[in-house]
Amino acid sequence: MAKAPARNAPTPPAVPNRERPSEPERFKASKEQLLEFYRQMLLIRRFEEKAGQLYGLGFIGGFCHLYIGQEAVAVGLQSALDGEKDSVITGYRDHGHMLAYGIDPKVIMAELTGRGAGISRGKGGSMHMFSTEKKFYGGHGIVGAQVSLGTGLAFAHKYNEDGGVAMAYFGDGAANQGQVYESFNMAELWKLPIIYVIENNQYAMGTSVNRSSAEDQLYKRGESFRIPGIQVDGMDVLACRGAAEEALAWVRAGKGPIILEMKTYRYRGHSMSDPAKYRSREEVQSVRDKSDPIEAVKRELETMGVTEEQLKPLEAEIRKIVNESADFAEQTPEPDPAELYTDVLVETY
Amino acid sequence: MAIELKMPALSPTMEEGTLAKWLVKEGDVVKSGDILAEIETDKATMEFEAVDEGTVAKILVTEGTDNVKVGTVIALIAGEGEDASTAAAAPVPASQQTEPTPAPAKAPETGTAQLTAAVEKTRPADPAVPAGTEMVKTTVREALRDAMAEEMRSDPRIFVMGEEVAEYQGAYKVTQGLLDEFGPKRVIDTPITEYGFAGVGTGAAMGGLKPIIEFMTFNFAMQAIDHIINSAAKTNYMSGGQMRCPIVFRGPNGSASRVGAQHSQNYAPWYASVPGLIVIAPYDAADAKGLLKAAIRSQDPVVFLENELMYGRSFEVPKLDDYVLPIGKARIMREGKDVTLVSYSIGVGVALEAAEKLAAEGVDAEVIDLRTLRPLDKQTVLESLKKTNRIVVVEEGWPTCSIASEVAAFVMEEGFDDLDAPVLRVTNEDVPLPYAANLEKLAMVTADKAVAVVKKVTYR
Repeated sequence: MAKAPARNAPTPPAVPNRERPSEPERFKASKEQLLEFYRQMLLIRRFEEKAGQLYGLGFIGGFCHLYIGQEAVAVGLQSALDGEKDSVITGYRDHGHMLAYGIDPKVIMAELTGRGAGISRGKGGSMHMFSTEKKFYGGHGIVGAQVSLGTGLAFAHKYNEDGGVAMAYFGDGAANQGQVYESFNMAELWKLPIIYVIENNQYAMGTSVNRSSAEDQLYKRGESFRIPGIQVDGMDVLACRGAAEEALAWVRAGKGPIILEMKTYRYRGHSMSDPAKYRSREEVQSVRDKSDPIEAVKRELETMGVTEEQLKPLEAEIRKIVNESADFAEQTPEPDPAELYTDVLVETY
Repeated sequence: MAIELKMPALSPTMEEGTLAKWLVKEGDVVKSGDILAEIETDKATMEFEAVDEGTVAKILVTEGTDNVKVGTVIALIAGEGEDASTAAAAPVPASQQTEPTPAPAKAPETGTAQLTAAVEKTRPADPAVPAGTEMVKTTVREALRDAMAEEMRSDPRIFVMGEEVAEYQGAYKVTQGLLDEFGPKRVIDTPITEYGFAGVGTGAAMGGLKPIIEFMTFNFAMQAIDHIINSAAKTNYMSGGQMRCPIVFRGPNGSASRVGAQHSQNYAPWYASVPGLIVIAPYDAADAKGLLKAAIRSQDPVVFLENELMYGRSFEVPKLDDYVLPIGKARIMREGKDVTLVSYSIGVGVALEAAEKLAAEGVDAEVIDLRTLRPLDKQTVLESLKKTNRIVVVEEGWPTCSIASEVAAFVMEEGFDDLDAPVLRVTNEDVPLPYAANLEKLAMVTADKAVAVVKKVTYR
């Protein structure tokens, strides 16, 4: 009689069937590094506050999406990039990413006020700013477009074998656009060097993630394409930087794309015209009180022996930079009328 | 009675092909589903299966024969119980061996057949070509491929991306051979993901490369039109001239044959309305080559509209090392003094046919091929108007908000005093393109329709 096959053999514990990135470690910043993060985040905060004021005064028109509350994301991630070879692309909430990349606040503010000295000569506005010199590729107004375009930048890095990585930012709202998944598929298929950064600030305009997303853990959105994802505390600049290091190591090793879901929060409305009816004032205040990324760095600096008094000159310097950029943006002239017809095409036919 | 096996058509537009190989010989017994032969065209290869049971009585066209017309009897099959030898002995008229069999098996005449019938025209030599230059018969398909290959040889930033462009050699075989020469790094098959790869291509152009993005047809580019317009066309302007986007979006546009409304649309007016884009729609092989090379070299985003029905058509192409044509220059295809027919792409063939018919009736028509639809060469049209004082626009597309509408508008604005008659349009009917052969035929622009309209403006 044949022996019956053994049943109920113990199943081994589930192991991932493919390599996964390690859990990122919080970045160990020196005092100087942390001071620099603080400076950059504060610059973004003060700049955006000023932009909000100028909007209220009628100097800035159209749409204006402020980055207040999300500063740790751009600063933490971009501080890890190699400005010589890596590229960055984002959506319409782009002021913070530009400031974090060291672009002159004056030309950004002058673009917001629609002046000829603006970084796009006044023709782009808040949502359409670029600095090819700094490898910052916009500033795109169509939700999700930057994900495909960023994948194209990654394609160019790989094609040119220049060692660069593309970082494409998009929000929790854009995460439901179809082209995001078309891009994920190609990026993994071709092992493109790209970090997809989902800035999950909880609200796509007024629609919360829970009301818009069947899978609200957005870092899992790459799973069916075999793209690993990591969820990161986007209110902690050192966690952001640590996640960027892990993601860069993964991508630079030729392992293909990776997703970082940054859990963050915007304090202001979606744009300047926001009804603020979809969330309570208490909710916003509670995040500001408990999780503000700038206050958190300030406390961390204190533990390193930097007193509030010592930070005063830095804060004064930033106010000065922002005020100067606002003055410049108000006073510098509008574009020459002849600029209406320039830059439509590069060549003449 | 023996069953006649006829040369099959691989596609509605195929007219002839090569009988590459017989897989059976006379005397073999075949049954339904057996592969009898391999048929080839420049686009594809097809296995030809038996649909009847019987014995191969006689092979009438030997393997390796080129240019076998669709419908030609290529073999005889003796039915069950029938003597194969008598079947084979049945007299086959000599002409039947090479000529297509008439009437009953013939497919209905389609709307697009009228278009292609109009195409076989000679062209005046382009003034840019030096006298004595050798002219080589080339299909539009080969001319497009040659243009890409030549440019790719000279600029390593150029790559081709799209569905089936590499291993399949192109859905319409336009990229045939490119994978072999340039390898998978530069000739890239994409998933079926138009919005995605249009964005990837546009991003790559922003990142410094020179992509050629092939859409299997421009009907599918509607899924990607956001990147063509919002990302590619507008970025240079929005960035104050900082961020360029040198990219070519190309593929077949307009009606094919019997593919119904969703696969039959002319997008020229859509793209031509967008500032920041260059839009080119060539007619013949020389223009296809010279203009595609110019498009690839351009620093601006180009929408390059080809036509499936033109791919297999042959024209003379000057044998020059580097045949590049200027973007934005129309061409006078035929000189005349009584009326100007303005057209582009496949419509040029219709206009030329109409001009010949009109000549027989004593009307001397000038024919202009616009070639570039944005920017439009208004000057050539207005100069012609000064001579003829009458303009009729011939367009394979809908009439409303068309290129024809645009020509009518600028001629009225800038050439009003030269007009002796209203500018009239001859276009497809204002309906989604129907499938039924007779309806398709009614829907399409034709030379006869153009002739009738010309008679109105020449008051004949």
